Amino acid sequence: MNSAEDLKALYRDTVLEHSRNPRHCGRLESATHSAIGHNPLCGDKVTVHLKIDGDRIEDIAFEGTGCAISLASASIMTETEIHHTVDEAKQETDKILQQFSSTQDNAPAIEGEMAALGSVRQYPSRIKCATLAWKTLEAALSDDAQQVTTEK
Amino acid sequence: MTNNMSASESLKQSTEPLDVERIRQDFPILQQQVNGHRLAFLDSAASSQRPQSVIDAISHYYENDHANVHRGVHTLSHRATDKYEGAREKVRQFINAASTREIVFTRGTTEAINLVANSLGEQFSKGDEIIISHLEHHSNIVPWQMLCERTGATLRVIPINHKGEILIEDFLAMLGSRTKLIAVSHVSNALGTINPVADIISAAKKRNVPVLIDGAQAVPHQSVDVAALDCDFYAFSGHKMCGPTGIGVLYAREDLLKIMPPYQGGGDMILTVSFDGTTYNELPYKFEAGTPNISGAIGLGAAIDYLQQVGMANISAHESKLLNYATTAVEDIEGLTIIGTAASKAGVLSFNIDGIHPHDLGTVLDHQGVAIRTGHHCAMPVMEFFGLAGTARASLGFYNNHEDIDQLVNALHVAIKMFRS
Repeated sequence: MNSAEDLKALYRDTVLEHSRNPRHCGRLESATHSAIGHNPLCGDKVTVHLKIDGDRIEDIAFEGTGCAISLASASIMTETEIHHTVDEAKQETDKILQQFSSTQDNAPAIEGEMAALGSVRQYPSRIKCATLAWKTLEAALSDDAQQVTTEK
Repeated sequence: MTNNMSASESLKQSTEPLDVERIRQDFPILQQQVNGHRLAFLDSAASSQRPQSVIDAISHYYENDHANVHRGVHTLSHRATDKYEGAREKVRQFINAASTREIVFTRGTTEAINLVANSLGEQFSKGDEIIISHLEHHSNIVPWQMLCERTGATLRVIPINHKGEILIEDFLAMLGSRTKLIAVSHVSNALGTINPVADIISAAKKRNVPVLIDGAQAVPHQSVDVAALDCDFYAFSGHKMCGPTGIGVLYAREDLLKIMPPYQGGGDMILTVSFDGTTYNELPYKFEAGTPNISGAIGLGAAIDYLQQVGMANISAHESKLLNYATTAVEDIEGLTIIGTAASKAGVLSFNIDGIHPHDLGTVLDHQGVAIRTGHHCAMPVMEFFGLAGTARASLGFYNNHEDIDQLVNALHVAIKMFRS
């Protein structure tokens, strides 16, 4: 973890692009479910809003400020989960959180758009940046009105 | 400089330029490469590094002298006790306290503040007021909030201006017959502001209100004389002044310690124990329940020897020049804003760069071998005041040199290029 290439692997163009132009960023007036997530280590806060109609996520948005990693993760999350069913979203969230908790060298590769953030696993202090939005989505999906933190 | 010179005398001494390259040789940890680059350690406000002499003092103690203190009749226990109490005497001299009875060893600044909150503070009641400032570290906020919850006392907060300076007039207006304690930092950890503690103490003295100074960020960087300050409590940590972690000091005036109830119960803090009752030990042992951090105290003593050998006045002068150099060097960087521009500042440079989150900055800088702290610095109210989630903070020690600052500036340019391109 010491070369310019490693740094470039962490901050891939996809990541930087998402962080500069995050998708679905803002309020969602029609939200049926919302949750707030905190990362007490850096003071970052993210709110995830969902409009759930039946068993499907009709719309999704997030609010908050954060580092490039957390903004990119939140942005990719909204693109991934919009129009998915609640069960699909729950399973996918579980999988992402599990994949990012594995810091072994032989950890399974991350699939989909979140693969762009795979290198974060080599930076223990930054993993929480990548998981904050997903943990918050998990809380919003489970109707858990409580605030979540990356420390749980 | 001799060890029995008081802090006030050393302050009056003329300063001499530090031979920083020779000093750096005393710090083994600085002799390494990090991520393929020379290490520029700019995070001393979080925790400083240790010279070889401190590491050796701790090793020597464990290799030769360890036994429990204040108990055994055997040789090792005597040696351990002599060294532990010798360290207390070094602390006394270093801050110019009247007696070692006024030097209580704690786990750190946080425990020292909690000790006062849980002992002196228990006498407070509804209607009483405790004054802190908006600049405080969480460790000088939360213990008082908890005390207020327990006792019904009220917490008052001295406001700050946009330079990060305490508004002293507001403090004077706040000070009144309800004020039972004032607890303020000597130097702000988040911004580096040196607070006008002498003015605060003198105003408090007129009303007989005790004052606690959180000196965690002051003691490593300037000569501190508790007699000259005339404060009632002064708290600081070993690990921020080249000593070990897990050791700190509460200086407290003897007459206050006498009337304060013990903080924790256990061994060492008692004279006699029976089921009918217990008599407490004399000062300072009344406040040191349990086997203390003996090696920590000895390491702290060695750190004080080292700092005095370098000279606190020399350290202040060096850090002040380096802060000016760093401030000038970063000021020209486009989009960079320095947070905390007080007229009187210690070696802390807190800043933000437009469009780059401090965390990302920290990671990119780490790749260039530059260690800084990013985030809220355990001072969320300060961040809130400035409307920020956090800042990047480069903080100085006397072992830092111009090269460290140049490396920081170059690394900032790398980050800007990466995030703005």
